[in-house]
Amino acid sequence: MTRLAFLLALAFAAAITLPLVAPGYLVDVGMLVFFLAFIGQSWNISGGFAGQTSFGHAVFFGTGAYTSTILQITFGWNAWLAWPAAMLAGAIVGWIIAVLSFRAGLRGSYFALITLAFAEAFRILANSLSFTHAGLGMLIKADPRPANFQFKDPIWFYYLALALCIVSLLIAWQLTRGRLGSRLVAVRENEDAARALGIDVFAEKVKALSLAGAIAAAGGTFYAQKYLYIDPNIAFGVDKSIEMLLVTMVGGAGTIFGPLLGALALTGINEVTRTLASVVPAFKNVQPLSLIVYGVMLMLIVGRLPDGLARLFRRVDRHA
Amino acid sequence: MLDPGILFAGVLNGLLAGGVYVLVAVGLTLIYGVLHIINFAHGSLLMLAMYAVFFLWRLTGVDPYAALPIVIGGAFVFGYILYRLVIGRLSHGRDENILLITLGVSIVIDNVALLIFGGDTQTIETPYASSFVELGAALLPLPKIISFVASLLLCIVLGLFLARSDTGKAIRAVARERQGARLVGIDVDNIFALSYGIGIACLGAAACLLMPTYYVTPSSGHAFVLVAFTIVVLGGMGSFAGAAVGGLVIGVIESLGGLLLGEQLGQIGISVVFILILLLKPSGLFGARQ
Repeated sequence: MTRLAFLLALAFAAAITLPLVAPGYLVDVGMLVFFLAFIGQSWNISGGFAGQTSFGHAVFFGTGAYTSTILQITFGWNAWLAWPAAMLAGAIVGWIIAVLSFRAGLRGSYFALITLAFAEAFRILANSLSFTHAGLGMLIKADPRPANFQFKDPIWFYYLALALCIVSLLIAWQLTRGRLGSRLVAVRENEDAARALGIDVFAEKVKALSLAGAIAAAGGTFYAQKYLYIDPNIAFGVDKSIEMLLVTMVGGAGTIFGPLLGALALTGINEVTRTLASVVPAFKNVQPLSLIVYGVMLMLIVGRLPDGLARLFRRVDRHA
Repeated sequence: MLDPGILFAGVLNGLLAGGVYVLVAVGLTLIYGVLHIINFAHGSLLMLAMYAVFFLWRLTGVDPYAALPIVIGGAFVFGYILYRLVIGRLSHGRDENILLITLGVSIVIDNVALLIFGGDTQTIETPYASSFVELGAALLPLPKIISFVASLLLCIVLGLFLARSDTGKAIRAVARERQGARLVGIDVDNIFALSYGIGIACLGAAACLLMPTYYVTPSSGHAFVLVAFTIVVLGGMGSFAGAAVGGLVIGVIESLGGLLLGEQLGQIGISVVFILILLLKPSGLFGARQ
């Protein structure tokens, strides 16, 4: 434990000082790692700890992004105020999907497929309704003042993403120590046995998905504020759902640091292929290579290393 | 309100599109019925087969319909090998794991296609593409009628194969009772790979029938995967009659959705049907067991 604490302190110090010494593009890459680790943790809570594999987590991410953006643009809210509202909306959507699906007794693949269909339904709605500006997407007016949740210097988004990532790690850590986490793991390992122990399986799964919804929605707002633009495909597209699933599965589902490790690995591979594409002209179009590598990693990890990369680093971290 | 003539044409066009969906769904339901795996790579494999049809036409000038035997055979071999080398080896344990493996397969296929073929939309031009047949108030594209008939014929052939041939009987035996089949000397692993191959061969056929009126891009798989699952869930996982009825129903729903709600919002019909079926009757119309 002391070794882990030492490593964590070292990593934290490195993360704090990185933007002060590293070139600008590394700051953006670092921001991306922490952001991915944050939204990945949302998938980890419902998919990793509670074992409810989702193919449609973008439904929460997009709900958050659209809620805060609509509150700002259409209703003139301050972005910081809109943020908790977006999280609430994400939690509500998580709650509704969970109550509907788990009441109907959906598990395993059926649950994964229904989340995919929900995300797709939301994408089509956002693509056709006027209050989301349909396919045009929504542009947030640039007014870079901290009071507006917009920063001139990207360093602040870096630190904010770092803070979010740390919060998500603390939430996961609390889960592994607390009763909710233990109950979720019991549900994942064997629902019938969990029920026999007196655990309200339905209620625990609903809690997990609502919490996951709030976290992914917070990520959605962060994304919208960073890039000042969202559209239905960015917000609700399959790619976002797959990204959240991948970082967690590759890093280690059901472990505290899984999403962070997965985000580091995936962003790293992405940067390598991007550099390759920009340096070697023959590899101009190799961007899809990174996703090919993730796909292969996903297969290998599910088939051969179910505890993910986290397994390679630690003795046992999967909370059981 | 809508003119009944337009509505009639919409229903007919939907039925014609649904005819090819039946073939896609039959492949998915066969794989589920025998192997009990949910093949999330189904859409991506269909996309790959559509590219095969496109390149056969582009490079050698083979008409998509004439390409049927080649693409069916190629798809069967591809599916068989994919199962033997990848899916059969990695997928064991919980059904979500198998779903994740096939998701991995689809991510790899989609991006390999993007890497090699680029993101452009590709179409095939055939001399009969703009021929129409008049039926009452409806004007129906000739290639869609040919594809509809061919799709149903192929389904009948597959049905006869499963009902009559020794291999077909072995497949049905494995679907019904895996252990029993093993005990009477059926090579179950081989039957798994064969069934997966046949399921993908159905996609090869569907690709030939789709290409005269459809287009292909590396993301075409996404467009089909939810449609295929909706059909199979609507009909009942593992049910052939269900896949046939489901395919036609979904074709009509899609067509009428576009007609009544507009191009954009009309696509929501599929997702809504899918969600409602899963929530209200997950065993589907013809599924006996959950």
